[in-house]
Amino acid sequence: MRNAFADEITKLGANDPRVVLLSGDIGNRLFDDFKHESPDRFFNCGIAEANMMSVAAGLALSGLRPVTYTITPFTTTRCFEQIRDDVCYHEAPVIIVGTGSGLSYAQLGPTHHSLEDLALLRSLPGMIVFAPCDAVELRLGLRAALLQDAPVYMRIGKKGEPIIHSEPPDFQLGRAITIRPGEHTCIISTGNMMAVAIEAADLLGQDGFSSRVESFHTIKPLDTSRLSDIFARYSVVAVVEEHSRSGGLGGSVAEWLVTQDGLRGQMLGFGTDDVFMHEVGSQDYARRKFGLTAENIARKMLERLTGDTPANG
Amino acid sequence: MTTITQIEDLEALGRRIRGKVIETSHRTRTPHLASCLSCIDVLVAAYFEVLRIDPARPKDEDRDRFILSKGHGAMALFHVLAMRGYYPESRLDGYGEDGGVFAEHPPTPSHLPGIEAATGSLGHGFPMGVGMALAARINQRQYRVFALVSDGECNEGSTWEAALLAGAHRLEHLTVIIDYNKWQATGRSEKIMALAPLADKWRAFGWNACEIDGHDMDALVGQLHQTPDGSGKPRAIIAHTVKGKGVSFMEDDNNWHYRTPSADELVAAKRELGLLP
Repeated sequence: MRNAFADEITKLGANDPRVVLLSGDIGNRLFDDFKHESPDRFFNCGIAEANMMSVAAGLALSGLRPVTYTITPFTTTRCFEQIRDDVCYHEAPVIIVGTGSGLSYAQLGPTHHSLEDLALLRSLPGMIVFAPCDAVELRLGLRAALLQDAPVYMRIGKKGEPIIHSEPPDFQLGRAITIRPGEHTCIISTGNMMAVAIEAADLLGQDGFSSRVESFHTIKPLDTSRLSDIFARYSVVAVVEEHSRSGGLGGSVAEWLVTQDGLRGQMLGFGTDDVFMHEVGSQDYARRKFGLTAENIARKMLERLTGDTPANG
Repeated sequence: MTTITQIEDLEALGRRIRGKVIETSHRTRTPHLASCLSCIDVLVAAYFEVLRIDPARPKDEDRDRFILSKGHGAMALFHVLAMRGYYPESRLDGYGEDGGVFAEHPPTPSHLPGIEAATGSLGHGFPMGVGMALAARINQRQYRVFALVSDGECNEGSTWEAALLAGAHRLEHLTVIIDYNKWQATGRSEKIMALAPLADKWRAFGWNACEIDGHDMDALVGQLHQTPDGSGKPRAIIAHTVKGKGVSFMEDDNNWHYRTPSADELVAAKRELGLLP
């Protein structure tokens, strides 16, 4: 995803003189094309993310469209107050891009994991929270973000994620995309877990349960009309994210769900546990540890589906 | 060149605004009075003599920007902006009232004309000013950016992050004024975080720095006018100030960081300022 981001922001920057790219001293060579195309609008702000965020707010309040880019925890948890006060309180249209989100950098240890960023950022008034499932959604979302007069948090993976959308989908921030239809159950996913969600749907299909898959690329504003449709139709709905089960997409859906009457769906949340990961491991290892695998998701859903009683739907 | 008469007028204005701020503090029980009194002369010099601003056009793209990074001086700024013509002074009769915009810190620019940044948490306004100065360069505009920070605010790491970036990019249209009153909320700033030598610190970060008496209107106007100074560096004006300046029983007494004046103290203060016979 990060190469797609670099490519897309280079194109957008070349066409829109308001675009200013701020980097927190990462992405060595990644932005060479941007620097070549728009040399006066790239700033390496150093390893000083709090200042970078305030600077971005100052640029945005001066009519520009700053985009900050660094590793997710450094541009979210480290400078949360700058995002809250300088960006969101001022309604400054800053695009905050966190790269290597979730467990993308599992092997770098918990300092580089981001499993609480969705919870934090979606709590801020006015913030749009976006997590594309692939490079196609990322490009569409970045273009859409530049058209907003509001701050946007964009949570992206690393590189080499599979392409989910073979054709560019009809895209709008805040509107979920149906990846595939299904008769019996539904998996909602956000960000880089989509390939796993699709694989889980395939496994359920082998057991005779046709599974719908939805890309909730926008966590805030939440597409509640799509949720209403899903939870009215299916008795079991899984929410899958590479984020803590506290406060992310699952948390957001659950908050909404308890306020609704007459929906039959029960939610099954898949995310990381409330722990720091002290042992070393790859992204795949970390996902297995937290049950974020197609096999586990399919198995848990199957248990719920086959244990279905009239009482719970 | 500012004439002697003009300087005297600015000094008189400073006394009048001190009176209004002390009255507001008394009436509404608003703290941070001493912090306001220490920076009023800086605000008066900037807003009434130096800044290229038009209160009738607060969003003019070429206006100079002034950011009160030490947001707890808001009560002073609110009175200065009213007297400068951004809104009627009578609007401040509603200071602190439920549903109003005048909190103990500045609201956002969209809620009060003349405000450039909503501050209050320290170490935010100045870095936002660095962004505004960078924007001037990108947009090829000549406006200047001034940020008033407190010495306590120089505790914040983000202040020094911003200083490093501004130094690296040689933002010569940017000036920081440090309201160096030697106190922070609960003690002497030197004992808490060892700020001295403060001018040398800014110089070491790639800035030009000067030290002046922050209540000497002539010196304030003269130094603020020098931005940009042609050296290609941002400027730090270390304004040596007295917390509680202008009222003998408040000067250099840090109790007035939180205390508010009684009716008798209000009268005594106004007498000292020559506002009552």
